[in-house]
Amino acid sequence: MADVTTQKPTSLQDLARAQTSAPTATKILAENVDFYYSAFHALKTINIVIPDRQVTALIGPSGCGKSTFLRTLNRMNDLIDGTRLTGKITLDGEDLYDKRVDVVDLRKRVGMVFQKPNPFPMSIYDNIAYGPRIHGLTNRKKLNEIVERTLRGSALWEEVKDKLKASAFALSGGQQQRLCIARTLAVEPEVILMDEPCSALDPNSTFRIEQLMEDLKKDYTIVIVTHNMQQAARVSQRTGFFLRGEMKEFGDTDQIFTSPKQKDTEDYVSGKFG
Amino acid sequence: MSTTLSSPPNLLAKSTGNVAGRKLKNIVMLTLCIIAAGLAILVLGLVLYFLLSKGFSSLHIRLFTQLPDNIDTSKGGMAQSIFGTLVLLGVSSAIGLPFGILGGIYQIEARGRFASLVRFFTDVLNGIPSIVIGIFAYAAVVFPLAQRTHGQGFSAYAGGFALGILMIPTVMRTTEEILRLVPFPLREASLGLGATRWRTMWSVVLPAARGGIITGVMLALARIAGETAPLLFTIFGNQLFATHKVAGVSVPTLTAPIDALPLRIYNYSQDVDPNHNAQAWAGAVVLITLILVLSIAARFATRGNMQEEK
Repeated sequence: MADVTTQKPTSLQDLARAQTSAPTATKILAENVDFYYSAFHALKTINIVIPDRQVTALIGPSGCGKSTFLRTLNRMNDLIDGTRLTGKITLDGEDLYDKRVDVVDLRKRVGMVFQKPNPFPMSIYDNIAYGPRIHGLTNRKKLNEIVERTLRGSALWEEVKDKLKASAFALSGGQQQRLCIARTLAVEPEVILMDEPCSALDPNSTFRIEQLMEDLKKDYTIVIVTHNMQQAARVSQRTGFFLRGEMKEFGDTDQIFTSPKQKDTEDYVSGKFG
Repeated sequence: MSTTLSSPPNLLAKSTGNVAGRKLKNIVMLTLCIIAAGLAILVLGLVLYFLLSKGFSSLHIRLFTQLPDNIDTSKGGMAQSIFGTLVLLGVSSAIGLPFGILGGIYQIEARGRFASLVRFFTDVLNGIPSIVIGIFAYAAVVFPLAQRTHGQGFSAYAGGFALGILMIPTVMRTTEEILRLVPFPLREASLGLGATRWRTMWSVVLPAARGGIITGVMLALARIAGETAPLLFTIFGNQLFATHKVAGVSVPTLTAPIDALPLRIYNYSQDVDPNHNAQAWAGAVVLITLILVLSIAARFATRGNMQEEK
């Protein structure tokens, strides 16, 4: 028995520990992750180390599994019937798919911003207060503070401070997306997942969101899925290239874009397919 | 000028051959559609015209304020029937709405085999003739109640039970369909913030679907307000207000026979007394106005929702 317990620390935990002592700590670690939609094998043996307080970009052609992988990180795929995951994903060393993990707590720690801005049909204020409220905060003063802080954090405060009671639908698409980011910030997550957050936005709004990511990475770990390779190059420090459910290459963004090791990566980042 | 162009398509020329045939078919089908739609409106118009021409002259404020006068039948009203119909709508809502709305939510949230079974049986329930529901209510409520209280089993409970059952399929189906229309990203946003499924349903999905659900409820009420067959077995009818006093305030008596507009119209239309026949027509005008009001209210509820969406 003693032998078993001493052998218990897996290579995964060792890897995590090794990464933690490194200059950039590991926030999320995925090891041998396979994912299935019923019979469809959507992710094949994914291994990835997502560093703390950096922006990690996931790129690849449509249907390559990058969004699916993103959604395994806060278990949004649980909402879809017939999905199955094998392998291990850890957040600060804790297994996300452990039976004891409550997805409600997990999603509080790992927030998400979606492709299309999806504000609730409520006022701007209530959109942001929604998260803290569902987690039990009722103190009006604290809610006011959070609303102001997160709106400032998402660079929206100056534009909406006089119309917090107005419907969120009155905002432009770019403003709505920044509102959604503020809404995510309001529950104080550690990780923010962004699923093509700028694909429905005009260039100016995209620029503002990218600036915002630059600021946010001081406090948050960001994982962004993007179709836009220039965007990945601009905002991220690490990049993973997905193709047909496999992660072909993962490394520093500079290296992926300037000297990719794989032929597929080179073809994709140089625009030969995609 | 025209000679310089090689073969300009002449827009004013008569179409020939196949094109002419297609155009003719188009016109014929369109005409048939217009005729069918027109006939449907015409039938409704005729019913309303007939009803108003017969009933309008007997429409009198008495109808709303007075009870039937058994000595001079030309003088009485049917206030107790209108009262009874409103009470029955209340009781059936109390029975039908929780099952309908919660059942609709269940079908959206559960999506399993049991949910599709529920959906199938709800559709079957929708197809059951209302008189059968009336007999069921008689056996399930009226008879046991009569045995237990050694008296009348006919009651607002029994009528409301029958009408409530009739409401369930309509309310459940519309609730389900409206909830399905609420965009999935909205749910994702809420779940992504760490909300539970129930909290998401209650705080995000239901408010977004509120207008549509109210419409469904209104239409279900409009439907059951005119139901007569189930009432024949369940409420018996009453010439007086079915009320009793609780702490000095008159409240509806749910355990005693009660009246309802459709039942009163049915009884008066069978009557030999021409005064009663005339009141039946007037009662029909009142009933159809009530249903019209509910339907229009349903429309308004949906419109409010649309504006909110924008």
